Amino acid sequence: MGLYLLSFILFLVGLYGVLVKRNIVKIILGSGIMGYAVNLFLILIAYRSAGTFPIFLPGREPGLMVDPLPQALVLTSIVIELGVTALLVALAVNIHKHYGTLDVRKVRRLKE
Amino acid sequence: MIASYFIIIPLLSGFILAMSGKRDRFVELVALISTSLLLFLSVLLFPVINAYGPVFYQLSGWKIPYTISLVIDNLSAFVLFVISLIAFFSTLYSIGYMRRFQALNNYYALLMLMIAGLNGVTITGDLFNLFVFMEVSLIATYALVAFQGEPEHYEAAFKYAILGSISSTLILFGIGCVYSMVSSLTLMQISLKTNGMPSLYLAYGLFLTGFGLKASMFPFHSWLPDAHPSAPSPVSAMLSGVLIKVLGVYSIIRVFFMVFQESKVVLDVLLVFGTITMVIGAIMAVGQRDIKRMLGFSSVSQMGYILFSLGLGTPLGILGAVYHMLNHAILKGTLFLDAGAIETAEGTRDFENMAGRSGKTVYVSTLMASLGISGVPPFGGFFSKLIIIMAAIYARKYSYALIALTVSVITMAYYLKMLKKTFPTMNARAKIPVSMKITLIILSILTIATAVLFIPAVRDITLNKVVECITDRAVYGSLFKAGGNP
Repeated sequence: MGLYLLSFILFLVGLYGVLVKRNIVKIILGSGIMGYAVNLFLILIAYRSAGTFPIFLPGREPGLMVDPLPQALVLTSIVIELGVTALLVALAVNIHKHYGTLDVRKVRRLKE
Repeated sequence: MIASYFIIIPLLSGFILAMSGKRDRFVELVALISTSLLLFLSVLLFPVINAYGPVFYQLSGWKIPYTISLVIDNLSAFVLFVISLIAFFSTLYSIGYMRRFQALNNYYALLMLMIAGLNGVTITGDLFNLFVFMEVSLIATYALVAFQGEPEHYEAAFKYAILGSISSTLILFGIGCVYSMVSSLTLMQISLKTNGMPSLYLAYGLFLTGFGLKASMFPFHSWLPDAHPSAPSPVSAMLSGVLIKVLGVYSIIRVFFMVFQESKVVLDVLLVFGTITMVIGAIMAVGQRDIKRMLGFSSVSQMGYILFSLGLGTPLGILGAVYHMLNHAILKGTLFLDAGAIETAEGTRDFENMAGRSGKTVYVSTLMASLGISGVPPFGGFFSKLIIIMAAIYARKYSYALIALTVSVITMAYYLKMLKKTFPTMNARAKIPVSMKITLIILSILTIATAVLFIPAVRDITLNKVVECITDRAVYGSLFKAGGNP
């Protein structure tokens, strides 16, 4: 239970970063932290204590195994986050080029 | 097999487009062929489903639940048709509109990627796969919002991407919760397994927030009026017409009406927040001067109608929501394409400074779509709003019905103001490319043509089947056994 709580706290840290920080790079890092908290959560729900790795080997009784499906999900989700982060960084570079700042308070050319 | 083509065709043509360099004619031809093929296939789906029942495709010879499945039932077929229709017209319109930009092959490749993601979300039978396709279409969308390359477009894209990634993370969190409860990701199996289980309120909340953000539900609506106007007009038409409906409303319908047990709390949340969304969008739209920004706020308001109607929970309410999804896709598609034509002719989007250079075609189609969206009788928009308000009255929510009626009047007011300012004179003659004109004319005809669906005989064979598909959760669960599982 403690581990679940810790991954939830990590999630909240990420959310705090996204909502409160003013620097665009810190916002991007916050969204990354949020993603990793969820990845940790997915790995946690798959874990069986004293379970072995989820691979069949010839001549070996599998016994209790760790659930392999969420691990596959996490791999996919890492790739997706990589894509989104790359796009966010590209946008941040362009924002810096056009506005000359990374402070979100000064990036306000859209009409209110 | 037919199911997999809906993903193969746009992905393959996207690849060809990305590789093909700066050959404009070739690029346009490929995009047009691929979207018209998709439109043809999506029309073909209806007789196929009528004859053989829902279409099943299981990847790589495994049986569900060990594989990812693609399932097309009546609801998916309907949404696929809406996506393909608007995608086809957006592509046709792009031929005339996008000529002023560089790197057209990238534009069309991103558009195809977005269509592939949307089609994937619609036909997938797997919860995690739904998330993956959602991300595919969203990544393409972020890039498309920033495509015009002005500072404010980057700003809008960044805002959209951050909010989008928050909502995606919440949805992934929800998927984790569901998986830990039922040990399955196949939607139909979850539907069977959650029967008689206590409600998963944490997952409900996470999904409702995530999908609500994508549908621009009330507390999370602020990104839409920035993001949608920043994209090029044909893309705005796709975003407001289709994307928010597929990622938001379709996912809500699929997850909350067909997979999880119907929950009173969820319906109440949809009802209340849908109503607030409706009112806020309309009030904010009144004060806008930028034509596309006003249309963005109008989208927020119309999404409110759809969510509110879903929140009623009665079959009539669901019918209203489904019908309004179709109508709003066509009407808002037309309006955004009109806005693009007006911008081409006038050189500005601020309708206080417009001289009325847009010409008759644009005027007539804007007029028709505006009247349709404000709910004036001969148009399709009137009938869907009528059904929604009638559904509210039958459900004894009289005050909500009154609010919906009032918002409709406010909608009328700001569209009439927009029409008056945008077209002060009618004698000017603008040079608008032929492909744009053709698109606008066909779409304007469609705004009236959708009214046909209100006739009970026609409704029985079209919309009512979709509603039956949504309300009958047991049938969706039993598909699991029909899909080759013993």
